[in-house]
Amino acid sequence: MLKIEGLTAEIEGKEILKGIDLEVPQGEVHAIMGPNGSGKSTLSYVLAGREGYEITGGTATFNGQDLLAMEPEERAATGLFLAFQYPVELPGVGNANFLRTALNAQRRTKGEPELDAMQFLKTARARMKELSMPEDMLKRGVNVGFSGGEKKRNEVLQMALLQPKIAILDETDSGLDIDALKIVADGVNAMRGPEFSALVITHYQRLLDYIVPDKVHVLMGGRIVQTGGPELAHQLEASGYGSVQAA
Amino acid sequence: MPAVTETIDAVASVTQGTYKYGFETEIDMEFAPKGLNEDIVRFISAKKEEPEWLLEWRLKAFALWKTMAEPRWPAVSYPPIDYQDAYYYAAPVKKDGPKSLDEVDPELLRTYEKLGIPLKEQAILAGVEGAGDTPAEGGRLPIAVDAVFDSVSVATSYKERLGKEGIIFCSISEAVREHPELVRQYLGSVVPQGDNFFAALNSAVFTDGSFVYIPKGVRCPMELSTYFRINAKSTGQFERTLIIAEAGSHVSYLEGCTAPMRDENQLHAAVVELVAMDDATIKYSTVQNWYPGDAEGRGGIYNFVTKRGACRGARSKISWTQVETGSAITWKYPSCILQGDDSVGEFYSVAITNNRQQADTGTKMFHIGKNTRSTIISKGISAGYGQNTYRGLVKISPKASGARNFTQCDSLLIGDQCGAHTVPYIENRCMTAKTEHEATTSRIAEDQLFYCRQRGLSEEDAVGLIVNGFCREVLKELPMEFAVEAQKLLQISLEGSVG
Repeated sequence: MLKIEGLTAEIEGKEILKGIDLEVPQGEVHAIMGPNGSGKSTLSYVLAGREGYEITGGTATFNGQDLLAMEPEERAATGLFLAFQYPVELPGVGNANFLRTALNAQRRTKGEPELDAMQFLKTARARMKELSMPEDMLKRGVNVGFSGGEKKRNEVLQMALLQPKIAILDETDSGLDIDALKIVADGVNAMRGPEFSALVITHYQRLLDYIVPDKVHVLMGGRIVQTGGPELAHQLEASGYGSVQAA
Repeated sequence: MPAVTETIDAVASVTQGTYKYGFETEIDMEFAPKGLNEDIVRFISAKKEEPEWLLEWRLKAFALWKTMAEPRWPAVSYPPIDYQDAYYYAAPVKKDGPKSLDEVDPELLRTYEKLGIPLKEQAILAGVEGAGDTPAEGGRLPIAVDAVFDSVSVATSYKERLGKEGIIFCSISEAVREHPELVRQYLGSVVPQGDNFFAALNSAVFTDGSFVYIPKGVRCPMELSTYFRINAKSTGQFERTLIIAEAGSHVSYLEGCTAPMRDENQLHAAVVELVAMDDATIKYSTVQNWYPGDAEGRGGIYNFVTKRGACRGARSKISWTQVETGSAITWKYPSCILQGDDSVGEFYSVAITNNRQQADTGTKMFHIGKNTRSTIISKGISAGYGQNTYRGLVKISPKASGARNFTQCDSLLIGDQCGAHTVPYIENRCMTAKTEHEATTSRIAEDQLFYCRQRGLSEEDAVGLIVNGFCREVLKELPMEFAVEAQKLLQISLEGSVG
């Protein structure tokens, strides 16, 4: 279970998170919605351990482990995965090489045997087929020259290979056409089960038609201001964030 | 790039700041008296039982050297070198013709073992007769090796097998004895004795090196390589390599080098000459791993090297690939003289400077023949307090109609105390020639590191991965075995550069 209590954080002296309280029990998928500038991306970066954010108060634990005390790679090894809003390009680094290096780094940390190139390719090809990704994406540089949709599908492929226990999807739906959106949603839905939980950060309700969340939280001004079931997303779609503020 | 897991393992197995090849071999050595004068030049020549013409050639070089001064234009700084305070000849005392492994000095054997030269080759390297024609184990392609230990070549492998194709691969000392006509014809024909200060010094006192001759139309069936090892204290290494590829021939040659860790600086001033006739191809790869000095800049090799190839024939091709990770100071510009029409010159380089290392390296492409083409890809990586300069010249003569050059210089900075400099000279005197130059300077971006770490890579592994990606265009030019080695080296060279 991901448990966040009273979390406050600032960047360059400006307070962005003003006391987040949130629980995502194991096996559940929660959505976080909110307008631009409400702190959605900051929350995902703080949980994943990006530098440049100062945690000024509160706690964040995953299955009882103090996330905030860990290096980013240690958080990854405990099963935390962040699907980036803007996946980063690594020129000259082959996608297959990157995926295998990451997978084996995590397997090593967990004391599992590493996959050799053949085993890895077999697994990767199977996952790619499920995600309707052309095989040449393995040969290309990581995210280099990928379209917006390809980058997001590559994030989902990484998630499928790394098999995290909790995935944070930071506006994975932005810039996707409806077909790509379905593929991404299928990728997440395929992972759903008692061992997997997810925090789906999104601007629009559209993605939540395909990934139906157990709960929806509204993040505004650095705080969770409202929590409800999937119907809350539809309500927001109809009346906008202004209605929440008024409430 | 399949070698990243291995790269990571390599780092895990090496503790920070250690240089894997920094050990010293204790072995009975024979030295010339310290210092440099005409008598030393005569001593070396006599020691090698050289013919009179070569002694004269050396003395002429020495006379020229005395009139010359060290170049001051490279962007490197070091205290004055006392050329009288070094040994110019150091060789293991040779016991006549060991016939089995047991008779070879065990220290010499252990040295090759520690340097990671395979056992089968090791038997050959240590000069045991009769071991040369057994195929390498595991069906791997054999690599013929010439091992140069301080001032002398201690052995050359696969000579007989190569001999069947008419290929000559031996130490230059042996070539002087066995093939004097070839040596006399080509020695100094690409890099004349008075070419520059260090080439003149080398011409006067060179002690050994490799000689390769590929006859007309022959494709060399295996990689040829020379392994240079500096071992003795206060000793300079001055080797001379000469490679001749006759019309229609093809050869790929590799060069590796290491030295013990010492607080003193040692001089390595080599000269390499390549000659390619009509339709011949020479591919010359270097993984330079001389001791770079410690984190404070104490010790390390001064690598002042002149490498030049002449594309004498039409459609000939010379390709230089270098991975420069070692040396306290690197001063080196592997160059191509593109005389033959339609000849091709290539230069692919990765140079890393970490801690206090300094590198001033690049290439010169002289376009003389028609439709000559050259490609320069240079990747410089600076970390710590390292200073890295690309210095290149593309010179196109009025007769080189249709000549083309493409140059790309990329610099990567790690940390904020290092420096990257690009000094490209382009002299184009031909209306129909085209030159292109691209240059970039970048840092490893914070978001790239975070992306890798979020996927589970440690920070150092992430840097290694990104750097290997940055160098990919060069590393893919290396022969497979070397590419793996080079990737490991890149990562080890950058240890401690982040965090």
